[in-house]
Amino acid sequence: MATLAAALKGTRTALSGTLGTQLFLGGIALALAVLLLPKAIDDPGFFLQIVIYGTADGAIFALIALGYTMVYGIIELINFAHGDIFTLGYFLAIPLIGAFGLTEGSPVSIGMVVVLLVVTAIVMVIDGGINVVIERVAYRPLRSAPRLAILITAVGVSFILEGVMYVWQGANNVHFPDLLPDTRIPLFGASLGVKDVIVIASALVLVVLLNVFINGSKLGKAMRATAQDREAAQLMGININRTIAATFFIGAALAAAGGIIFGLYFNNIRFDEGFVAGLFAFTAAVFGGIGNIQGAALGGLFIGLVQAFSNAYFQAALTDVWIFAILILVLVFRPTGLLGMQVPEK
Amino acid sequence: MALLELQGVDTYYGRVQALHQVSMTIDEGEIVTLIGSNGAGKTTTLRTISGLTHPAKGHVRLRGKEISWLPPDRIVTLGIGHAPEGRRIFHRMTVRDNLFLGAYSRNDGPAIHADQERVFELFPRLRERRQQIGGTLSGGEQQMLAIGRAMMSRPKLLLLDEPSLGLAPILVDTIFQVIRDINKQGTTILLIEQNAAKALQVANRGYVLETGRVVKEGTAKALLESPDVQRAYLGI
Repeated sequence: MATLAAALKGTRTALSGTLGTQLFLGGIALALAVLLLPKAIDDPGFFLQIVIYGTADGAIFALIALGYTMVYGIIELINFAHGDIFTLGYFLAIPLIGAFGLTEGSPVSIGMVVVLLVVTAIVMVIDGGINVVIERVAYRPLRSAPRLAILITAVGVSFILEGVMYVWQGANNVHFPDLLPDTRIPLFGASLGVKDVIVIASALVLVVLLNVFINGSKLGKAMRATAQDREAAQLMGININRTIAATFFIGAALAAAGGIIFGLYFNNIRFDEGFVAGLFAFTAAVFGGIGNIQGAALGGLFIGLVQAFSNAYFQAALTDVWIFAILILVLVFRPTGLLGMQVPEK
Repeated sequence: MALLELQGVDTYYGRVQALHQVSMTIDEGEIVTLIGSNGAGKTTTLRTISGLTHPAKGHVRLRGKEISWLPPDRIVTLGIGHAPEGRRIFHRMTVRDNLFLGAYSRNDGPAIHADQERVFELFPRLRERRQQIGGTLSGGEQQMLAIGRAMMSRPKLLLLDEPSLGLAPILVDTIFQVIRDINKQGTTILLIEQNAAKALQVANRGYVLETGRVVKEGTAKALLESPDVQRAYLGI
């Protein structure tokens, strides 16, 4: 046992620092090359197709992973209810879309785009508000309790959300109106759908906006400060309760946007599917370096690609195994992930 | 009226009582120092003033107004800046952002910029390093940043917790010179120092804490000359 522990410690040390990052990235690149290169050479068109699908999936995972990583960054909570917040965004959008008179088969028009943007904005605000209430009622009273208490509470909140969504929407798949055109453009032997482009572009826009907000705005800086040192943040005059609430709001708003984008892309979800999507997104956040925004976005993309490759080239049934194997390997050998906290604390 | 007054303050960490009936006053324009050995309650006193811990009993009054139950973010806006023990700068943010956050409680943009300039004049090193990430600064630079950051809220009263800890002797002199300068520009200072001799040289008055109690108080000159203080804290 002692030698095992020593070996583990040695590996972790070797995998930290700049050289470690290179080793880590190199290892991933090597594994991907060995597994995928023969297949890519065999049929480049199909390979490109999988990359396109994987990128679109990854964009959605990224949006969920951002909320995970932000909440973890600020109060060190793995918010297991976050995946259900994503599903809730999907469900909230359906009646709103109907209320604005959009139905499946409505012609694509500027008006439709505007309605979709408005619906998205409203759902982001509602879902964000719900998450703020959850934080206030369920998590804030436990902030100074042992870490496990709040973690279990998050699992409980997940059950509650799923229960509510089950009662509201039933146990079967719920259809999301198929509003976007199915047009596909041929591309080097593969095809690029308008939907793929919309999904990837909207996620990209949201990630960029989030980055600008976090790094440039006063509230964004307050969030980073609170994440780094809560007491020092208070001494600056930052109201940490408000800042933490804002973090939950933004995380949920991004997940809600992800839910709508998922709806427009896949058109189907079941009340409890968000939980697994959430676990995948959590893996993405850990892979990217939990607490790190860019890391979560990159991790989401990576997990989306892994899922697409696994489904296409290996067995779809084993996809979960691949993804959670990645989670375990990263946690054991490089807990800071791809871009984790690299500046040493003095 | 005193700028700050503590009256019969008891503070606990859990069940452990850290402060017993602590009373002190700080007048406008003074430099007051707290001396005492490790665990005497110096840091706890500062934390009680800035609201990081709340007293179980007693009063903390800023210009006669009770502040003992206000949260730290409110107390900052009332004019108390705190450069805490261990510097506590934001390690993953730039020097500039650290200073910017120091002014978080304010909304007067141009004046904030002017105050940043003032901090850069006090600490030219920080100007050179303004785009650098806090965690990459040396210990002395981090200390300058912690003091500068606390200045950015334009405090009436500045709490400094061990500003010279772990610094090279030449830097210690710089820090003490800056403390004098800040005071001359109109900021009242409450200073904790393990270097009691130096602290008493810059201070007007001092309090001696032992196991959470004020055991002695007086002008800095009187304390410097007191045999008890010399024996226990000045190594004479």
